[in-house]
Amino acid sequence: MTRIDVGSVLRNSANLPYRNLVTRSTGAAVRQCIELELAALPADETATLDFSQIGMMDFSCADEIVAKLLLDPPQGAPARTGGGVIFHGITDHHLEAIEDVLHHHGLAMVVHFADGGARLVGAVNDDERSIWDVVYATGGTSTQALADRAGRDLAEVQQVLELLHSRRLVRQAETGYHPLGTLQ
Amino acid sequence: MTAVITVPPSLDDKSFEHVLEQLAAQPEDAKIIVDARHCTFGTPYGLTAMLTLGQTRAERATFLPPIDGNVSTYWSRAGFFRYAEELFDIQGSVPRVRSTDEGDKLLGITPIAAAADVHLVVERIAEQARHILTTRLKLEPKAQMGFTMALSETVQNIVDHAGRPGWVMAQAYQYRQRLAGRWVAEIVVCDPGMGFRRSLEMGNRRPITDRWGDGLALETALVQGVSRFPEAGRGQGLKGTRGYIGRRNGKLTIRSGTSRIGLIPTWDDSVPLQENMPYFPGAQLRVIIPGEIAGGTP
Repeated sequence: MTRIDVGSVLRNSANLPYRNLVTRSTGAAVRQCIELELAALPADETATLDFSQIGMMDFSCADEIVAKLLLDPPQGAPARTGGGVIFHGITDHHLEAIEDVLHHHGLAMVVHFADGGARLVGAVNDDERSIWDVVYATGGTSTQALADRAGRDLAEVQQVLELLHSRRLVRQAETGYHPLGTLQ
Repeated sequence: MTAVITVPPSLDDKSFEHVLEQLAAQPEDAKIIVDARHCTFGTPYGLTAMLTLGQTRAERATFLPPIDGNVSTYWSRAGFFRYAEELFDIQGSVPRVRSTDEGDKLLGITPIAAAADVHLVVERIAEQARHILTTRLKLEPKAQMGFTMALSETVQNIVDHAGRPGWVMAQAYQYRQRLAGRWVAEIVVCDPGMGFRRSLEMGNRRPITDRWGDGLALETALVQGVSRFPEAGRGQGLKGTRGYIGRRNGKLTIRSGTSRIGLIPTWDDSVPLQENMPYFPGAQLRVIIPGEIAGGTP
């Protein structure tokens, strides 16, 4: 799994001597640098975006960076890794702006918190969240095993898993569905 | 002929309207004298709006500073005269001070013209304001972060929408007229730019209605979260700021053109929308965040 230090991108690649992510133009500059790094990854590689070195993030930057990286890239933009993106180093200070923009766009993302736990943040329903929790808790397994573990009907679980996969919140493999990755 | 505009003894958001009423009768290129000699009090809104007024005059206005030395010194410390000298012909001497950042000012008057200025303001607030926001307003770190976000977003309005440079100032004080003297933090952002109505018109974002004007433009931007930019994520900054202010039981007012809209908390009796006010270009935005009281935010 590839780790991209957003603080380092801000200071070095985008050449902005700050630790706070504010203003839309800053957000766009940082996102464009991240997009180039993501485009260079192998197709099935999962990337971790590490926000540990970021002080605060305002709504405009959350929209410009987080939301736009999760949305499908516009025509002409670099292709993204199909392996998905995990967010790390997100604190309560970042969450307010992030949750706001995710709900606005109907998006969700996987966050690995400092305590080792992971959860979905953003616009997800109870069904999606509970099945995602099972995938994460098992480390990934067959659809049947996930349905058994969840105590749910196989067809229903399959439907939710396909949705989670289409939203790049789980990985699909021959053996079934898996978490996007573990933090390294 | 030169017109004399008398500044009321207390220069704040309400009394600044009296300045604008006097100004309404004068063409933009008329020579005016702004007489603040008998002014004894100026709020962040009053000071930044006065600088904005200076920007709007085609003919450089004359400014008579307050006679009271304490008042002039306070205005100097806030940074007022430093910038006023560029906009007005100041008659009479004004106190020179070495630093503009002291006391309970969270941020002295700061000009905003580009995105880098927003970064500067945010970095400065993060360094300077933490102590006051923690000890006086008793804001926990998450609420402090929200305050900085609100500052960042409101200041960005100048960069993204005004088309002309503007001003920001932030201050903490005990609100004696309301909230039983509780500590509050105030942000004021003023610019003489295109204003909300023209900004939405430029982006072809105005709703089709006969009611169109400054009031509806403010309503469209603040309540419906519409921005002049058609992208789905635009307008999030003001919407998010509104949410933060609502959760903190704070107050937000935006004046633009001939109208003022407000997110009014229960502790204030302002009207949510006021129209047909004297025209003043650009946008003037004021945020008040009350500090904590025992038992949490009221």
